[in-house]
Amino acid sequence: MNLKMNGKTVEAEENISLYDFLVSKQLEPERLIVELNFEIVPKEQWKDVVLKENDSIEVLRFVGGG
Amino acid sequence: MNDFERGLERYIGRERLEKLQKIKIGIAGAGGLGSNCAFNLVRSGFRKLKIVDFDFVEPANLNRQFYFIDQLGMPKVVALRQNLLRINPDLELETLQVKIDAGNIMELFGDCDVIVEAFDNIAGKTLLAEKFYSSGKLVVCASGLAGWGSSDEIKIRKIHPKFFMVGDLVTEVGRDVPPISPRVNVTAAKQADIVLDYIMNHGP
Repeated sequence: MNLKMNGKTVEAEENISLYDFLVSKQLEPERLIVELNFEIVPKEQWKDVVLKENDSIEVLRFVGGG
Repeated sequence: MNDFERGLERYIGRERLEKLQKIKIGIAGAGGLGSNCAFNLVRSGFRKLKIVDFDFVEPANLNRQFYFIDQLGMPKVVALRQNLLRINPDLELETLQVKIDAGNIMELFGDCDVIVEAFDNIAGKTLLAEKFYSSGKLVVCASGLAGWGSSDEIKIRKIHPKFFMVGDLVTEVGRDVPPISPRVNVTAAKQADIVLDYIMNHGP
């Protein structure tokens, strides 16, 4: 199925969890915050949220240092 | 009004100074980002700051953080309070020597109009960003400030009207890429400037 991630169309397996999707895109989940269809999904829910066709995902990635 | 405030008022005027003085800014972390952002905010005219950090001033902080050699060993929030009050003695400062975590972050910053994310670690950055992303408060995060050079790559990204990220988004502090004063200060100063610009234009 197709999803949007940060405005671009990307492929994902059917019934994939948000967490597995992020890992499949080589993103490091601990660095991210994620908005799904314009709402923040708390980290602890990522393994339970199942993605659907045309979902819109915005990923913000952090690196350390301050 | 003290001499500092009178001096600043000559540049920005009474009305704008009073507007800034009403705003309460939370600063999560008092290291390289937080300490330097704090002095920029104070020099810009902000008066109410809530600064939270659990840590102590150590030698490896002095290369970039707004502390001095005679403050080694002090809690950062105590040292920062001293230093900020030397700029403006009439600040309304709340300084808390507390470790910020998922259990206390909402309560710590719930009463602030603006939150500056000034952690060094990813867990803190993502925690704050996630919890306050849709809070209605102005939130200014930082990501990617290590090393030296290419400081024009330290950019401001407006993620939504009240959520900003400053940094080059890629350069992480690591063994060969240390945190060094100029790029840390560029980032911290940009965080402060975002807050200043937002409040000047919109209020809280």
